[in-house]
Amino acid sequence: MTALAPPTIGRGRPVRARRGRSWTGWAFVGPFMAVFAFVFLAPIAYAIWLSLFRTRLIGGTSFVGLENYRQVFTDPKFWEATGRVSLFLAVQVPVMLFLALLVALAIDSGRLYGRAFFRVTVFMPYAVPAVVATLMWGFMYGNRFGLVGNLNEAFGLSLPDPLSPDLMLASIGNIVTWEFVGYNMLIFYSALQTIPRSLYEAAEIDGAGQLHVIRSIKLPAIRGALLIATIFSIIGSFQLFNEPNILQSLAPNVITTYYTPNMYAYSLSFSGQQYDYSATVAIVMGVLTMIVAYAVQLRANRKERRS
Amino acid sequence: MTTTPARRDRARRSPLLTALTALMLIYSLVPLVWLFVNSTKTQASLLDSFGLWFSGDFSLLTNIRDTLTYDDGVFVRWLGNTLLYVVIGAGGATALATLGGYALAKFDFPGKRGVFATVIGAVAVPGTALAVPTFLMFAKLGLTNTPWAVIIPSLISPFGLYLMWTYAAQAIPGELMEAARVDGAGELRTFLRVCVPLLAPGIVTVALFTMVATWNNYFLPLIMLKDPDWYPLTLGLNAWNDQAATAGGEPIFHLVITGSLLTILPLLAAFLFLQRYWQSGLTAGGVKD
Repeated sequence: MTALAPPTIGRGRPVRARRGRSWTGWAFVGPFMAVFAFVFLAPIAYAIWLSLFRTRLIGGTSFVGLENYRQVFTDPKFWEATGRVSLFLAVQVPVMLFLALLVALAIDSGRLYGRAFFRVTVFMPYAVPAVVATLMWGFMYGNRFGLVGNLNEAFGLSLPDPLSPDLMLASIGNIVTWEFVGYNMLIFYSALQTIPRSLYEAAEIDGAGQLHVIRSIKLPAIRGALLIATIFSIIGSFQLFNEPNILQSLAPNVITTYYTPNMYAYSLSFSGQQYDYSATVAIVMGVLTMIVAYAVQLRANRKERRS
Repeated sequence: MTTTPARRDRARRSPLLTALTALMLIYSLVPLVWLFVNSTKTQASLLDSFGLWFSGDFSLLTNIRDTLTYDDGVFVRWLGNTLLYVVIGAGGATALATLGGYALAKFDFPGKRGVFATVIGAVAVPGTALAVPTFLMFAKLGLTNTPWAVIIPSLISPFGLYLMWTYAAQAIPGELMEAARVDGAGELRTFLRVCVPLLAPGIVTVALFTMVATWNNYFLPLIMLKDPDWYPLTLGLNAWNDQAATAGGEPIFHLVITGSLLTILPLLAAFLFLQRYWQSGLTAGGVKD
């Protein structure tokens, strides 16, 4: 995917350079930017505005400055939720990306029987809605007519309940991994495909083995794809919502209303009517996500410069 | 992919590597097999048979009929809603991303750097973090609980714009546009007649990915819609699933499972049939030799 090498501004410039700048481009990008302003920029601005107020039962809405932010930073529920998604991020993302990379390398190596079949099938779960994926796995996890219950009965096992408090986060991790491993595999695979074949031939002449080729040609070449996939996964982990929200009906005592920061913001808005505070939570979480994503990017760039 | 150099076909096939990778394949397939197997069971045999094998009467067709007719055919209504959101939402998103990506790749215009910075910044903003503020704003504007509340936010796909941009940059030779202009074609005509055909694989790719995003959307409709008549399939299925948990609610897990199967089939089919397009769209002509 050349899409994953950052595009350089004005790659098409030779066409226009002779004529200089013109406003024609705006006729094409204008519609996108107009809707973008309405659904991206305006809500952000509105959320920031809301976060500066507080509505009380008595006294109505009043300007409170940064009071809501102070409250978020000392809110144990918020930090418990953030801690949980951070743990999720630290474990699930590396596992998923590593698996995706292994499969991509295996398919790219050309040593598999039926590689087109592999590529499409492993990608397939991406097309399954999170709701359906979670319902399916939720059913399978269940003790009643789930696979776990079946296995326990058939083999006299006593597998631990995947929906118990200790295992819930891992069970959610499994669902998310299942959904996105193929998507990430495809990103890596597309990047691998853009490597000029002549490099491998040169390596072969030099007598380099497969592992050596992977380490010194393939991995450095798909650096951009690895970085993009990592950043997308970080964003995805921090905004975890669908899977725990749907599993909540199966395990209401395990999944609290503040299980993840997003669920917290959601329940503040829709059960608590605390819109101002909910907006503040959403902003803080968005900023935290961008900081972490940015830090990862900086680190990757520095590494690249060193090597 | 499109061009597989001969050398790679000659590479030794490895049964061991195939077997190891097959583990991932099994992992990916087991839940789908489970879904299919269980959509052939009645509510009763769902509860007392082994999950990965058929049991009792083969009632797939009965289940499909029941799914489509349950509660006065509300499933069909949800399917129609989903199609509406997908056609207008994903279709619009693809059109906007194509136009925008083309502009960024092929024109130099005032404020281009600003557009670049804003959109790249937007990719990093978590979509769900944006959803609650969007809801609050839409509530003020009286848009919630209408189809627009789901459609309008679906119109923007920063990733789609990015993909079209990189795709247009390498798929359209500048000389070709210049030639069209010399021939006296206007900008719109140049775009529609010369550039759109060249962009086709990129457009199909973006269309598929925005389609999946809209078809599978859960969080946005969940907060925006109260009235079940406007639900997309995802919300409807979840409502059916929750029905068993409510007091006096009839458990209809067999319909949830069959409905889930019906929900994923169109997307799986679209990905399978359009493989050639989206895969070449993703590699974006990157295969150098």
